[in-house]
Amino acid sequence: MGIFRSLVVKETLHVARDKRTVLITLLMPLVLLVLFGFAISTEVNNIRVVAVVDKHTQATRQMLQQLIINEYLTFEGQTSHSEVEELLKTGKADAAVYLHDDNGKISSQIVVDASNPNLAQTYSVYIQGAMAGNLDGPVLTHTLYNPQLKSAYNFVPGVMGMIFILVCAIMTSVSIVSEKQSGTMSLLIVSPIKPRTIIFGKLVPYFILSCILLAIMLTMSYTVLGLPFSVNFLNVVLITLVYIILALSIGLLVSTLVDTQVSALLVSAVIFMLPVILLSGMIFPIDNMPRVLQWFSCIIPARWYIEAMRKLMVQNLALSYVWSEFVILAGMTIIVLGIAVKKFNNIR
Amino acid sequence: MNKAETKINNPDSDIVISTKDLTKCFGSFTAVDHISFEVKKGEIFGFLGANGAGKTTAIRMLCGLSKPSDGEAWVAGYNVETDPEQVKTRIGYMSQSFSLYEALTVSQNIELFATIYGMTPQAIKQGIAQIFQALDMEKEKNTVVKSMPIGWKQKVAFAAATIHNPEIVFLDEPTGGVDPVTRRKFWEQIYRVSSEGMTVFVTTHYLDEAEYCNRVSIMVDGKIAALDTPAGLKKEYDCQTMDEVFRKIALTAKRTD
Repeated sequence: MGIFRSLVVKETLHVARDKRTVLITLLMPLVLLVLFGFAISTEVNNIRVVAVVDKHTQATRQMLQQLIINEYLTFEGQTSHSEVEELLKTGKADAAVYLHDDNGKISSQIVVDASNPNLAQTYSVYIQGAMAGNLDGPVLTHTLYNPQLKSAYNFVPGVMGMIFILVCAIMTSVSIVSEKQSGTMSLLIVSPIKPRTIIFGKLVPYFILSCILLAIMLTMSYTVLGLPFSVNFLNVVLITLVYIILALSIGLLVSTLVDTQVSALLVSAVIFMLPVILLSGMIFPIDNMPRVLQWFSCIIPARWYIEAMRKLMVQNLALSYVWSEFVILAGMTIIVLGIAVKKFNNIR
Repeated sequence: MNKAETKINNPDSDIVISTKDLTKCFGSFTAVDHISFEVKKGEIFGFLGANGAGKTTAIRMLCGLSKPSDGEAWVAGYNVETDPEQVKTRIGYMSQSFSLYEALTVSQNIELFATIYGMTPQAIKQGIAQIFQALDMEKEKNTVVKSMPIGWKQKVAFAAATIHNPEIVFLDEPTGGVDPVTRRKFWEQIYRVSSEGMTVFVTTHYLDEAEYCNRVSIMVDGKIAALDTPAGLKKEYDCQTMDEVFRKIALTAKRTD
């Protein structure tokens, strides 16, 4: 036990000596959560709307009132038909609404600036929604689990999936490879310590660091970002711990495959970071991908982790709903850790 | 397997390292080609050779860092392949890059390696006090290794490799990149541990250092081309210095860097 403790102390001292890395590691999740949660927002606010009404009646006034009170729209006033195009061209308005009262029955037309098609679609949906109350046969839309459509809800699981790969896989692989490069790994292998003691002495400090990060991110999510808090957060912790161990194993595996710190960094970043961002469903929905990429996304741990986190943190479901994700992550952990330990033992 | 069986046939033998046709191939390249030699207890055994002759590969096999492709090796009485755990507790190893944990202080480094070799806290305390006195480094014991000049790193790496009082210490080019005065002082350390009964197995390509060894072997193209005392070699090849001996033998080399 003494040997294990001194290895952990050694590793901790090594991590702690590099204050800049520690600072970046601790600040990164905060910055990413704030960036994704607030700055990079997929919500659309302040849509500037003008209205063209050919004849005012009780019904059209009521309709205008709906546009004025809607919090996502900014009503810029009424204008004439001839000016609409100019307003849209100069960017002074995002959309125009034409209202025509035909003997008490209102017909309407929405004209949208579609220079950004995604936004244009959202504009028209919002404006339709705002007017819905006054149209025949209103469509009622219920947005479950995230009634305000907050983008923070979407990005918290993604950011968590990314951070742990970043910290665990990259930091462990780089630190083990740096020991290989400096030759201290040889000193450990020559000594009577068991390979598994070397491995766990190396992984435990990064495991502890990851747990600190998890605490920081959960605190942020449930307070500043306002995710619904319930006892289910214990399940979040459970699944995340499995995911952390998986990420550490990936780092260990990478370190047995490469010989320089730069290649460790590149392999971890290119093979693990990019797929996490692009194929895990964090930003782009998996269902929209070509079949082949959908299959490929199955071997990306972050995909399953993020899916589980969505269910647990956003939908607030019980553990039984993420059973399959849990089993897949645990299975991946056992396989990757097994291969990594075996490869590490055969280092000579 | 019974451990006694893996011991060298004669337990009273004063031979601590013995190899038989030890070979290491990397693909089609044979780095070490069927070498056989013996080292006696308490000897300072010099392992000479040009760059790429196979010295480091051979020393790595003896320490258990590299698996032999063929042949056998016994270190401290145990077979390196079948009984690596027994070998590991009896040897010390210093790599050619004077590897140490750069973020730790001198005493933290030595303490770490002493703990790894299973020394008790009391023994560590005593050993460190002794070693700092012998190396005249008491003032530097709380210096972080990263900021130290290379000569100090060399001393600390040697201390870390010998703190647990191994039967044999393997030194892989322990004087590479160090000035002549520091090299001279380093050999005083080697003599000190040798006088205490430790066997020293040292690789080098400084030929003046070969004169300090009890016996030297000269490796050429993965094979041992000559093995004797420095005086014996000089007589056999009819030379004044080891430098001349080495030139004569190394001329036969076909391998280049």
